[in-house]
This record gives sequence, structure tokens and C-alpha cells, in this order.
Amino acid sequence: MIKHFLNLEWKQYFRSSYWQKNILLNILLVFFALYFVAMFLLMGVAMYPLLKEFFPDNDPFVVFNGFLFFWILGDLFIRFFFQKLPVMSVKPLLVLPIKRKTVVNFVLGKSAFSFFNFLPLFAIVPFGIMLVSKGGYETSTILIWMLTIIILTLINNFLNFIIESLSSETELSFLPVILLVGGLFALNHFNIISFTDLVANGIDAIVANPAMLLVPILLLAVLYYINFNILRKKLFLDSSLKKKTKEASETNLEWTKKFGDIAPFMQLDLKLITRNKRAKSSLWMLGLGLLYGLFFYPQPMYREMEFMFVFIGIFVTGIFLINFGQFIPAWDSSYYKLLMSQNIKYEKYLKSKFTLMIMSVIIMFVLSIPYVYFGWKILIAHFAAAIYNIGVNSHVIMLGGSFNRKKIDLDQKAAFNFQGTGAVQWLIGIPLMVVPMGLFGALNYFINFETGIAVILLMGLLGIMFHQKIMKFITQKYLDSKYKMIDAFSQDN
Amino acid sequence: MITANNLTKSYKGVQVLNLPNLDIPKGQSFGLVGNNGAGKTTFFSLLLDLINPTTGHIKSNNISVHESEDWKPFTSSFIDESFLIGYLTPEEYFYFIGDIRGQNKADVDNLIAKFEDFFHDEILGKKKYLRDLSKGNQKKAGIVAALIGNPEVIILDEPFANLDPTTQIRLKQIIKELTENRDITVLISSHDLMHVTDVCERIVVLEKGEIVKDLATSEATLKELEAHFSN
Repeated sequence: MIKHFLNLEWKQYFRSSYWQKNILLNILLVFFALYFVAMFLLMGVAMYPLLKEFFPDNDPFVVFNGFLFFWILGDLFIRFFFQKLPVMSVKPLLVLPIKRKTVVNFVLGKSAFSFFNFLPLFAIVPFGIMLVSKGGYETSTILIWMLTIIILTLINNFLNFIIESLSSETELSFLPVILLVGGLFALNHFNIISFTDLVANGIDAIVANPAMLLVPILLLAVLYYINFNILRKKLFLDSSLKKKTKEASETNLEWTKKFGDIAPFMQLDLKLITRNKRAKSSLWMLGLGLLYGLFFYPQPMYREMEFMFVFIGIFVTGIFLINFGQFIPAWDSSYYKLLMSQNIKYEKYLKSKFTLMIMSVIIMFVLSIPYVYFGWKILIAHFAAAIYNIGVNSHVIMLGGSFNRKKIDLDQKAAFNFQGTGAVQWLIGIPLMVVPMGLFGALNYFINFETGIAVILLMGLLGIMFHQKIMKFITQKYLDSKYKMIDAFSQDN
Repeated sequence: MITANNLTKSYKGVQVLNLPNLDIPKGQSFGLVGNNGAGKTTFFSLLLDLINPTTGHIKSNNISVHESEDWKPFTSSFIDESFLIGYLTPEEYFYFIGDIRGQNKADVDNLIAKFEDFFHDEILGKKKYLRDLSKGNQKKAGIVAALIGNPEVIILDEPFANLDPTTQIRLKQIIKELTENRDITVLISSHDLMHVTDVCERIVVLEKGEIVKDLATSEATLKELEAHFSN
């Protein structure tokens, strides 16, 4: 049976149009994976001498175990955002004579072979070897220690899926994990319950008495069992077929009538944003974007770096523009055929999106005015950045959209969802953020602050002046790729 | 009203549609039948300019559809669920279509009031998004939306599929009424030979992208079609 499953998985992966069309993203992911492998290897090799240097009085082994609690928390946190339970299309399997048990065990078993579970080995193994060769530890002790770490990693693996399945229903899906990890960290930090000691003592106990290994193994078994039950329940069709139907909310969007003939599209766009998970995340990002400056400005170090002002300004005032704009027209991909066969002028369709983005820039600029607390220059730079966003970035991102060939499933979770992301989305970041920052940085460095701001402002104003002409050009680009987009949007990834 | 000249469509060298000459006069109720892969949806997609013809062209009211967009105001269609906007309620969807076809809220309300029977109390006022409706009810909404805004050409791809028997019978009535005054040209495709002979005055049989039969509907048509498809 497992052979059949593996065969299906293989075909699913390599025959998906997503893989074939998205080689660049795959290369990028492989590159990231290799990068992390290298980092962990380096960490594993350097761990022993570093710990020796910083804690000369202590045994590196003990020090490392003392940090293990943070390792576990960090691991869990990162897993939540990047690791997904392997998906298997089970519907066709349910009517075949296959035990549900087998399917569930396969899915869970497969998750144990995730990249995230192998990554720690690259650090643990070299560190362990060093402990034996330089630290004078028994090989058997270290082997038991490594085994413990592997079990802890697997515990995290299955704990993560439980957290994910609990939080996937909620609106702010990342809140539970932040609460859990933050809570544990706080309890530990304020010495209410010292998990650091607890974990360290636990490891010591296991190393001293290998029979204690049973404790983590038992914990692992319990977590596996909980996962098993959660998944098994999901394997019945009525839970996946019977969709929870939310009652439709009525929204009064009469005010959009002020915008004349683009009003129907604006209403559609606003409903798109408020009623779909994926699109709604661009609203949450507004808050995040607004606070972005607070990461930098309170620190005097960054306040010296004036070239950062424009970059942060672009980001703060343009967060919605970037987030929403990069998926034009993929937002409408699921009903693109309708739009193309209806009496719609492309120009108005695009103008509606354009208007929304401009409005967001203006609103974000107004909301970011309090940053003036950190200095006048920041306000001026943000103003220039907002004008640049309106005049240049809005057009650039819409032009990028005409190269968009990736469908978006509106209902899917948003955080770290790469669906709909192609090479274009990665490349578009360059003119959007890097160009204004570089340009301003250079002018600010070689001439002065005022010249830099003036040039950024001028570019924005030029864009606004030639708006009609630019839009005509962009509209033509969309028209030219009409058939290709219809074809691409009607394919599943 | 609609003429196809020398129209072909090929994918990677394989011809899926070849219509040297097809003429559909104004006000005709035109039925398209054929087995899977016969080219029915391809023809409709070409007519709606959703795909590019390999050779030839389609003219609708003397407008070449892939060169001008002026055919859009008088043409409406429902091909499949991808013509629905899932996150709207049916009412919002009707108003949206009405808006872009130049109809105000009252016009749309007047029109959909006529279809209360057809909706069978399952579409309006349910506070449900289209994506949460069943396949059959989605289809009902899509078909009615295609009637908004006084279109002169209405294209429906397999309108009877997924509908319950009651609704199928009501839909037949609606289509018949549409073509009564001979102002509206209706094009439908169907796998249901009985329904299509009931509502269409002309039936064209496609096979591997080519026209093999072109019949004016009469008493004998159903028998002839059944004989054709039994072989």
C-alpha cells in the first residue's frame, strides 16, 4: 500500500503544473534549504569551541542543555509558519478498499521525514562528535543524548500539527502559537516555572538513566495519537464536504458611488478584500506596516541612517499597495472569464484598483504623521515616499500584473502562502523599493538631503502627470495578454 | 446575427474545431449537440473571445469578435461556475452584472422578480454567498444573470445539467419565451436530446469539431438524433 501512496505522491509532485512552471521558486527554495543546512553545520562545528570560550568554567554539554528550552521554542515557532502537514488528496481513496488507518499513518509517517526534522541533525551530530573527541564523553552517553534530541524534534513536529489544526479555524491564525510560545517564554523568563532547568535536568536524568527515555517517547506517542484522531475525523467526507456556511454580511458601500463609473468595481474590490481570507490579510498588514517604522526610528543608530527614511516611508505608506497590487489581476482569477466576456472596459477595471491603492497610500501617510516625533526629516521623507508610491510604484506594480499568470485560491490561509507567487513578484520588489532607496541614498550622500527628496518627489509627480498615458500603455499590455491570462487562470496549480 | 467563416481552432497541431461556414440568423433558438470533445465549448469560447481562433473569424452582428469589443453590450452568457463571483450573494451578483450592463437596481429587481418561480425560493434573501450554494442553485443564479440587461445574444453551455426536473421544465419555458418575439438569439448546448429538441428550432450536431448534421427541428428530429448517437 505504502508503495502505491509513494507512487501517487511522486506523480502528484512532478506532474503538477505548479512545479513545472515554477522552477525559479523551487530553485530558490532549494537554495534556502542548502543555506540553512550550511548554517546548522557551521553552528554544530563552532558550538563546542564557542561555548568553551564564553563559558570557560562550565561544561559545554551542560551549557548547551541549558539552552535547549529556547531551541525547542524557536523550533516550534518557525515550524508553525513554514511547516505544513503533508497534504494528500484522499477523496478518491475513500471509496477504495483501503483502511483509513493506513492513510492516516502514511500522512503522519511522511511528516516525520520533513526537512525540519533533519535540520537539527546537521548541528547535533558534529557537536556530539566534538563532545566525544574533545569533551571526553562516553560515546554511548552522547548517542542517547542525540536520540533524545531527535525525539524532542519529533515531539515538536507533531505538537505543531495539533496547534495548526486548532488555530486554522480562527481569523488570526498565528495568535495561538504566539500566545503559547510567548507564554512559555514569559513563565520561564520571570522565573515562575523554570523550564530551562526543567529541560536541562530532564536531559541530565535521561543521560544518567537511559530508562528515563520512556518519558519523552510516551509524550511522543500521546501526541501522535492525538494527531491520529484529529486526522481520522477529517477523513470522513461530511466534514470536508459540508462546508461551514457563514452568513453573508451586508455592507453598505453607497459612498463608492462618488467615484462614478468605477463604483461597481470598487464595490467588488472592497467585498473581495473583506470577504476572503487571503485578501483580508492585506488589511492586517496595514497595521503591521504602520508600526514598521517603530522597529527603526526609536534607535538612534537608524536615525543617523537617512537613506533608510525613504525605504521605510515607501514601506509604511505603500504596504497595501505592495501587498494587494502584486496580485492584480490574480485576485479575480477565479471569475476572470466572466469579466472578459462582460461589457467591461479594462481601463475602468484597472482604475478601480488604482484608486483603492492610492487611497490606501494617502490614508497610511496621514496615519504615519506621528512619526514626526522622531524628526521633521522623517515626515518629509515619508511625504516624498508617498508621492513616489502614488506616481511610480502604483504604475509599476500594475504593469507587473500584466505578466501575472498565477491563479489564486481566495479561501486559503494567507501567511507564507506562496500560491500565485511567480518570478515577477520577486523581481518587482527591485524597482518598488530598491530603486528609490538607492537613488535617494546616493543623492543624500553625495549632494544633500534636500536634493534627494526633491528627486524622489519629482519622479512621483512626473508619474502623476503622465498618469493617463501610462494607464493607456498598461491597459494595452493587459489586453495583449488576455488569452494567456484566461488560459492560465483556468488551470489549477 | 452570427456568422462563422473558415473558423478553425487547433491545439498543438490537433484540430478541435473546423467550421467552414455557419450562419445563425437573428431570433433563432440554436441548439448544439455532440459527444464530449466535439467542440461545443470551444465554439462558445471562440464566440465570447475567450480563446483566439487559429484561422477565420466569427462575426456577431457584423462585428468580428476578436477584433472589436463592441459585441459585448448585446451579448451575455453562462458557460460554467467560473462565471460566478463566489464571495457575492446572488443579489449582489445580479446588481453587479446589472451595473456593468447599464441597469439600475430597480431594473434588476423587476427582472429577477419574474424568475421567482424558477428560483424556487432557494436563491434570493438567503444571506448566502454564491460559493456556498449547491451546484444546481449556482447554475440557476448564473442563468438568470445572463438574462440581465436586454441581451440580444444569449449563450448557455449545458444549461440543463445539474438542474432538478422541475427547474429543467421551467427553464425550457423561459427559453421558449425569450425567442418568442424573434429579437433574441439563444445558443445552447446540451447532452439532453429531448430538452434540446423541445426548445430549439435548429439543431446542429458536432463530431470531432465538424458539423455532421444541421436540422430544422420537426417531429422526426428526436428520433433522428437518437439514431445518430446510437451508432
